[in-house]
Amino acid sequence: MSLLNVSSPHSHGPGSTARLMKLVILATVPGAITLCLFFGWGTLINLIWAGLVAITCEALVLKLRNRPVAFYLGDYSALLSAVLLALAIPPLAPWWITLIGVSFAIIIGKQLYGGMGYNPFNPAMLGYVLLLISFPAQMTAWAAPTGIDGVSGVQGFAQAFNSIFPIFGNVLEIDAYTLATPLDVMRENKGLTIDELWASNPIFWGVGGRGWIWVNLAFLAGGLFLLYRRVFTWHTPVAMLGSLTLMSIIFYGGDGSTGNGSTAFHLLSGATMLGAFFIATDPVTSAVSNRGRLIYGAGIGMIIYIIRCWGGYPDGVAFAVLLMNMAAPTIDYYTQPRTYGHKKPKKGLAKQD
Amino acid sequence: MSTSNYKEITLNGLWHNNPALVQLLGLCPLLGVSNSVVNALGLGIATIFVMTGSNIAVSLIRKKTNDAIRLPAFVMIIASLTTCVELLMQAYTYELYQILGIFIPLIVTNCAILGRAEAYAAKNPVLPSALDGFMMGCGFALVLFLLGALREIIGKGTLFSGLDLLVGPMAATWEIVVFADYQKFLFAILPPGAFVIMGFIIALKNLIDAHLKTRAAKADVNTAAQAASDTLPNSGV
Repeated sequence: MSLLNVSSPHSHGPGSTARLMKLVILATVPGAITLCLFFGWGTLINLIWAGLVAITCEALVLKLRNRPVAFYLGDYSALLSAVLLALAIPPLAPWWITLIGVSFAIIIGKQLYGGMGYNPFNPAMLGYVLLLISFPAQMTAWAAPTGIDGVSGVQGFAQAFNSIFPIFGNVLEIDAYTLATPLDVMRENKGLTIDELWASNPIFWGVGGRGWIWVNLAFLAGGLFLLYRRVFTWHTPVAMLGSLTLMSIIFYGGDGSTGNGSTAFHLLSGATMLGAFFIATDPVTSAVSNRGRLIYGAGIGMIIYIIRCWGGYPDGVAFAVLLMNMAAPTIDYYTQPRTYGHKKPKKGLAKQD
Repeated sequence: MSTSNYKEITLNGLWHNNPALVQLLGLCPLLGVSNSVVNALGLGIATIFVMTGSNIAVSLIRKKTNDAIRLPAFVMIIASLTTCVELLMQAYTYELYQILGIFIPLIVTNCAILGRAEAYAAKNPVLPSALDGFMMGCGFALVLFLLGALREIIGKGTLFSGLDLLVGPMAATWEIVVFADYQKFLFAILPPGAFVIMGFIIALKNLIDAHLKTRAAKADVNTAAQAASDTLPNSGV
């Protein structure tokens, strides 16, 4: 009888990279469908287009770097970055916006750093920030959600396709189809009380924005599914939503015109849920230990609130995530757990007399 | 001083030891003002002037300064020359002076200049020092120009726009519109774009160097094989 000398690890879980990535992509489906319901077919077209661009760029760079193309394409990580970016950009953004954003995310944000697992920044958010600072006009032109009287949402597939790929020369009058997002209206508001704002602007509905509430709830559902499947731990999203809640309670200005919006408004507006469950939880760029993830997530939530209320942009998820990506190695350094039975490390120099 | 030495100094400044691409010195002004060709050229020419002048002056006083006070002396020289440049630019290219703003006085703190004064001019005679300063300045200015041109083309779709600020009204028509009806790509004009494009330029230089190296190695192998076959004309094979 021969005894094979097998080294650890001895138990293999079913969670390969490709499986996890596919699960995350699957979990974005409810959010994507909700986006399509309220903002037209643009999101779906952008998703497919972004996916094609991402796979092409990834394959191209892998070829240039002499890496096995099929092996790395098979882990779906490029596709996931493309999906997250496509969900973040406005549904009617022209095709070159997606092209520039996705190729920057994959080539410069990910592959130039060494590929999957080596990127210090979330590639999708790098692509998004590039687009946001380069093309502010296109990136803030969100389609009007359907269901608002007097404003025609984007109706059919052909209309959405034409505005993204104007190959038939039939470019949409973009103003007719776009509206400021609820966060933008709230930020620009100077003189109206919250009640007046709600009454005067049809983009508001319930505690948040028309359509936006459902989009965020759908992403929340997808995120809870991932949490249930243990794709990530609860620490990052809970800390992020918790600190956003805390900030919005502390700085809640009541009903007055200088009020910064209620807690529910902040939790269910913009990219809060997408950011909390799909972007901040990226295993490569977030902090590693559980304690570290709490700090990392809390930092993101705090920065989001600061940018939304006192910053120059209506939403700040991308900037917040990138800033905390930068801080993640330092957080890891200070939150490294000790092995069982060992004493606390001595940080700094001992006091000398 | 032999001519081969002068050739070496020139090549060092422009390529092998380029202050911007190899030493990575003076990156702050390099990345700060290179958002258009006219800005890049303005700062580049000012830097060439200061670098050449400071190298000459430092070389002239190299035997009089002792080690303890050499750095203050060098900085004083560089600062005086920078002030000259600043006043000249105020007199002749006032609008460009206003655009470049703080980056003109900041030439004093450009470590490439102090670096050359310390590493070369303080140890060598006047003529080679002058050439070294001029060539290092040219190397720096060339990279500035290239970066400025790339950023202007990618960011605004034009080339040489506003050059009349630097060389006079005749240059007002020199502007080339590379892409007509271009959607501005602000990223290239903002500082992060400078970092990314600068990275690509450095990568390109390394690529060319690697290519030249493999070609030289191949040539070496060929000549060696040639020499070997010459010395063994009848090996019996």
